[in-house]
Amino acid sequence: MDTITATVDAKGQSCPGPLVSLAKALKGAKTGDLFELLATDPGSKSDVPSWAELSGNELLESAESDGVYRYVVRKR
Amino acid sequence: MSGVATTETDLTSELQLADLLRRVEVLEEADGKRIEKKNKLTIIAWGGDLDRIWPTTILATTAAASGMESSVFFTFWGLFAIVKPDVRITGSNWMQKMMSMMNPGSAQKAKLSRYQFAGAGPAMFKKLANDHQVAKPEELIQTAQDLGVRLIPCQMTMDLLGLKREDLLDGLEEPIGAATAIAEMRDAAVSLFI
Repeated sequence: MDTITATVDAKGQSCPGPLVSLAKALKGAKTGDLFELLATDPGSKSDVPSWAELSGNELLESAESDGVYRYVVRKR
Repeated sequence: MSGVATTETDLTSELQLADLLRRVEVLEEADGKRIEKKNKLTIIAWGGDLDRIWPTTILATTAAASGMESSVFFTFWGLFAIVKPDVRITGSNWMQKMMSMMNPGSAQKAKLSRYQFAGAGPAMFKKLANDHQVAKPEELIQTAQDLGVRLIPCQMTMDLLGLKREDLLDGLEEPIGAATAIAEMRDAAVSLFI
């Protein structure tokens, strides 16, 4: 299991906050780096996969517990 | 007899070849006119209302955050949304000055297209946005610039409304005209008029 490079805590933020925070975190990162995104925006359920498809990054995990959505993304 | 038959066959194949060459030529010409679309979003920001400038800035930043090329062309009322917040009256004649009084510059001062209620509407909207941690248009404009969204003012409407380069926010692209705006839209996979 690869280790998470950084966690982006976007809990509380609404669209497009979580994606903007994630994109900013990925900006200086290396290809293959893993990022964890935490969000409470229910819109992120559809938006994070869409973002991954648009940006060409890889969505490895998505899960929800207690109203917090957790995504793991690999920078491509 | 056989000699005649051979000539006819040659003629037919020659005609078929000529037809084929003509068709290739037509296809090549059409291909030359074909437009290669880029992974790009271009928005024509015509409206300066809060409820227009908001989706404009959300979509432009989201596209950039998704690795797309992103540009916004500000024209007509959209231009007032990118006036510096501390700039008050703009223009050099009474008509332009009146226009700027009716359209206070900057995204911060943008009005709602409905439920304006003498300023109570936008205040309520922004309160709700605060509660839901939705970034405001002025913040999104800053984010857009950070993410490399190209914000481009329209030269003609700047002249028409009496807006000078120094009245507008810093970090904008050079003002352009309609043809350049169309060129921006033509190669964008997604182009919107908001």
